[in-house]
Amino acid sequence: MPEITYREAIRQALRYQLQNDERVFLMGEDIGAYGGSYAVTKGFLDEFGEHRVKDTPIAESVVVGAGIGAAMAGLKPMVELMTINFSLLAIDQIVNNASKLYYMSNGQINVPLVIRMAGGAGSQLGAQHSHSLESWYAHVPGIKVVVPSTPYDAKGLLMTAFDDENTVIFIEHTALYASKGEVPEDGYRVPFGKLQVFRPGADVTLIGYSGSLHQAFRAAERMAQEGIEAEVLNLRTLRPLDVDGILASVRKTHRAVVIEDDWKFGGFAGEIAAIIQEQAFDDLDAPVMRCSGSDVPMPYAAALEQAALPQEDGIISLAKRIVGGRA
Amino acid sequence: MTTTDTRLESGTSDLYLSMYRDMVRSRVLSDRMFALNRQGRAAFAVTGQGHEAAQVGSAYALTAGADWVLPYYRDVGVLVALGMKPYDILLGLFAKAGDPTSGGRQMPCHWSWPEMRVVTRSSVIAANLPHAAGIAYASKLLGRGEVTIVYFGEGATSEGDFHEAVNFAAIHQLPVVFFCENNGYAISESQEKQMAILHVADRARGYGIEGQTVDGNDALTVLQTTRWVIEECRRGLGPKLIEAKTYRYAPHTSSDDDRRYRTRAELEEWTRKDPIDRLRNRLLADGVLTPDADGAIRAAAQREIDEAVEAAERAPDPPDDDAFRYVFAEDA
Repeated sequence: MPEITYREAIRQALRYQLQNDERVFLMGEDIGAYGGSYAVTKGFLDEFGEHRVKDTPIAESVVVGAGIGAAMAGLKPMVELMTINFSLLAIDQIVNNASKLYYMSNGQINVPLVIRMAGGAGSQLGAQHSHSLESWYAHVPGIKVVVPSTPYDAKGLLMTAFDDENTVIFIEHTALYASKGEVPEDGYRVPFGKLQVFRPGADVTLIGYSGSLHQAFRAAERMAQEGIEAEVLNLRTLRPLDVDGILASVRKTHRAVVIEDDWKFGGFAGEIAAIIQEQAFDDLDAPVMRCSGSDVPMPYAAALEQAALPQEDGIISLAKRIVGGRA
Repeated sequence: MTTTDTRLESGTSDLYLSMYRDMVRSRVLSDRMFALNRQGRAAFAVTGQGHEAAQVGSAYALTAGADWVLPYYRDVGVLVALGMKPYDILLGLFAKAGDPTSGGRQMPCHWSWPEMRVVTRSSVIAANLPHAAGIAYASKLLGRGEVTIVYFGEGATSEGDFHEAVNFAAIHQLPVVFFCENNGYAISESQEKQMAILHVADRARGYGIEGQTVDGNDALTVLQTTRWVIEECRRGLGPKLIEAKTYRYAPHTSSDDDRRYRTRAELEEWTRKDPIDRLRNRLLADGVLTPDADGAIRAAAQREIDEAVEAAERAPDPPDDDAFRYVFAEDA
């Protein structure tokens, strides 16, 4: 199987969709001649033409809003918003419209729209380009939230996003675009709502997604040298969330640490912790811990940024604290 | 401002009578919906008394079922003109299970009607203007000849979504008509608190498109102008903006008390320019309508709405389980 980057995997899914479904078109700022701010659509303008690879003004609300309209009218649009931070300029269209039109119309009008955006930190892009707001979108019923962590997932989940009849928020991690992995060349799908056991283990469950999955995995590998076998879960999608998969792992290990780049206060890790204690309280031998980003706007300086983000040492320290307490 | 001073075109008297009938039906229905709220029988009402010429006149310029229509919550006349039965609109008012537009999920007068290509709006002002641009983009990309019309008040033109949508439609020369029903008030705020210009249509020039201000209380002018604009759109000549100057006789919604911000004298002055009276007088003067026939039209409208209210109010409420359906498309 060829080894390609996360960026190339996303490109393969988009090209596959453009080649195989004439209803698909792409729209966003700088996606045409410029090729996208993260070079995901490079060359697509020449290959597919300006009607299907549409540069838009810097106007996030109409980019999403026109995507909603085109989806209602029978097309299969994919809109790109550069970063999740800029999606706030379109949040009324996403939260008040894309997520609710199906419900408000009595199931008569659905919005099959794919909204791609880059999220995550670690690339020295400062307080207004580096946040992880996926929990805000996961909070909203009626939209799906996809958080790929590997090239394989990125392609397979994006293919599934185009099959979906709902609006899908597809969040790519800026620090993962150059990461590599094995990716089949065909149009395979990775289903939503099914987590992947990324690394099996029996002593503690480390739950990650997108960028934090890799931190969790590296922490697990280090702990293995000390005889602690951590099970690492790759969530793949936050909504739908694979609750059964999380509970199955916790019932085996009896301990869990959730890792996320996002702010801790009100973040998605808190939701996972609440689900575990509601549904598997008797299986727990220790409190569910959270290793999250600090509650500060993201600083620019590299050292400050790393100080504000979750680190492997922090994951290991939390994991050891709850594993150390085992009977 | 454009006004029509020509004689009625021959062979169109049936059309004008039909428009008149729909304007009367729309008024009677709107008055009744407000009254039902005041009687405590409906939780909320939003209506369009005074806008009938703008709404019915423009809707009669559309190819129903082919052209896309994105009404705003005041557009009772647009829906009546497109053929939605008052009974169905009332099912929405009473939030009944059989409400064809939302099954009681949406606020009244936020219609969805896919067969007529009517798309429910956001209560957030102007949010459906980008949708209209996107629908029109799809029509253009797929090479279909349909036109999209999106309705809004002048208040919506203060929103960023107005700017983004009109600009987007202009750049891509999309077949979309931006139809502004300018009644001079955004809830309580008069036009001079909203903008430093006299005519919303003047904004069109800033986007490189044509804008036209029309007398929105003259149904025949609205019909002619909208027909012409839609024809231009269909020929691929890009988007247009129509501003129909009118006035609303009722408060913004049943939750508003308009006495706090506008004088009764002003209301009285506009009542003398009533769009229904105006069309009636025109049709009577031209011999298209007789006083007897007019009486029959009004009586029939009253009877129709009476019967519709009685039937809709008795219709079953949605079962509690309906609250949990249609969140995600696969739940259907």
